[in-house]
Amino acid sequence: MDGMSLLTITVLAVFVGFEVVSKVSSTLHTPLMSGANAIHGIILVGAIIVAGQASDPWVLAVALLAVVLATANLVGGFVVTDRMLEMFRGRQRPPSGTDAAGSAGRSGSGGAGERRP
Amino acid sequence: MTLLDPTWTALLYLAAAACFILALKGLSSPKTARRGNLIGAFGALLAVVTVFLSVKLDNIPWILGAIVVGSGIAAPVARRVQMTQMPQLVALFNGVGGGAAALVALLELPHTDDPWVRLAIVFTLLVGAVSFAGSAVTFAKLQGLMTTRPVTFPGLPVLMALVLLAAVAVGVVVILGGSMALAVVLLVLGLVAGVLLVLPVGGADVPIVISLLNAFTGLAVAASGLVLGNVLLLVAGTLVGASGTILTRAMAAAMGRSVAGIMFGAFKGGSTAGSTAVSERPVRSSSAEDVAVLLGYAQRVIIVPGYGLAVAQGQHTAAELASALESRGTEVDFAIHPVAGRMPGHMNVLLAEANVPYESLKEMGDINSEFKTADVALVVGANDVVNPAAKTTAGSPIYGMPILEVADARQVVFLKRSMRPGFAGIENDLLYEPQTTLLFGDAKDSLTKVLGAVKAL
Repeated sequence: MDGMSLLTITVLAVFVGFEVVSKVSSTLHTPLMSGANAIHGIILVGAIIVAGQASDPWVLAVALLAVVLATANLVGGFVVTDRMLEMFRGRQRPPSGTDAAGSAGRSGSGGAGERRP
Repeated sequence: MTLLDPTWTALLYLAAAACFILALKGLSSPKTARRGNLIGAFGALLAVVTVFLSVKLDNIPWILGAIVVGSGIAAPVARRVQMTQMPQLVALFNGVGGGAAALVALLELPHTDDPWVRLAIVFTLLVGAVSFAGSAVTFAKLQGLMTTRPVTFPGLPVLMALVLLAAVAVGVVVILGGSMALAVVLLVLGLVAGVLLVLPVGGADVPIVISLLNAFTGLAVAASGLVLGNVLLLVAGTLVGASGTILTRAMAAAMGRSVAGIMFGAFKGGSTAGSTAVSERPVRSSSAEDVAVLLGYAQRVIIVPGYGLAVAQGQHTAAELASALESRGTEVDFAIHPVAGRMPGHMNVLLAEANVPYESLKEMGDINSEFKTADVALVVGANDVVNPAAKTTAGSPIYGMPILEVADARQVVFLKRSMRPGFAGIENDLLYEPQTTLLFGDAKDSLTKVLGAVKAL
């Protein structure tokens, strides 16, 4: 792909990145950080390519180390984020109307699946 | 032999990129967060399967073995970690991602003559190494392996400048000549820079640095996408870099800080009023029975949970105390500071784990005006988030951070382990005020005793 297309894609991705998290409540800062963390574990794809093209044993060893690290980032990141979000389920009572924005948002978080009629 | 032609490969990577965008979008709203995370994980799986089907790879058994090892280490750790230790685990995972990006870039260096690609390699090496080493230091700080206070020494700014200058010089030579040995030197310089960058950051600012380093790793991954000509890495890395930057700024704003102030505040010197020295001033300490009387005959009690409560796993006892008081006709609320715990939103996660009913959790903005009407503010294992120094003492490390205005309550009871200062390493003058009572001990033990005494009233 030529340089101009790559630049275009990069700039558009910057705008999308800014846009998708522009108004996040502080309740979700930690899970969002963790989720973004998991996404950059996709460097695993790069590590696999490098390891798959290695012929020298030292290069292979370093590349496999990169694969291990990237997998830890990717798998661990998604699992830890899921566990954090799991905690938002199972609330006993729905929040009262007086509790403003923060909990109004939370009420939906795991509620859909959990709340019984 | 590859199974997928380039068009299918590009389409599958595009689908994975779309999954990542949906994941970030989902994670920014509580309603869709968990689903968003699963969509992201699916996108990652799709991308990994695609790379196996679309690139001619040797060493496949080795690669699969490494993936099994990586998952085998990370998944159980992520499953078992206590919620209180979540922030340092996030730092750790971020660091290994940065390290992986740096290694991938290093190994690609001999495969290219293009100076632009080498520029991207140099960038990935440096930023990945900074992220790796910086995350290791934040991990050590949060895990209690080293002090959480800012660590500075007189020559630090000069040393930092020298390391960065050396890195730029070596980087230019690598771009021009492609020397592998110098690239390794660059990697080491990046590691040193990462340590120097994070050492001076202390206390409650550490989580914000994790977010910043997270964005750095994203940028490193994006640059490695340029190196490998892989659009998915480019898009995913850029997304994380951009959203991480926004998130870092939002987190800093929630604490009333600027990102530049956090990173370089300690460089200026004299700005760290923090001291671990414990003052000799007298405090009023009390017994669980006295606290129980205070609480049991109050009309309105506001409980302020902090990290100490979480560490002691005292959430359930706190909830029980609240319902015991409510059954006596006392109105009880929990006041949640946005950065209570160790990270923004951390306390909400912890209390949700303990099934504390959400209707009694009040956000800082809603509850602050209500402290005036409270008979007792019960501070359990929190310190920095109620420290009036944030409003009154310019130059304090937490100056400017919005706080819970506990001082407005008629009586303040602190459940504390000791007089040792909190995470930010600064004293809380509120402890010495006449309306303040202290009950020393482990948060859970103290709560259990108070609960017993309330029931006996």
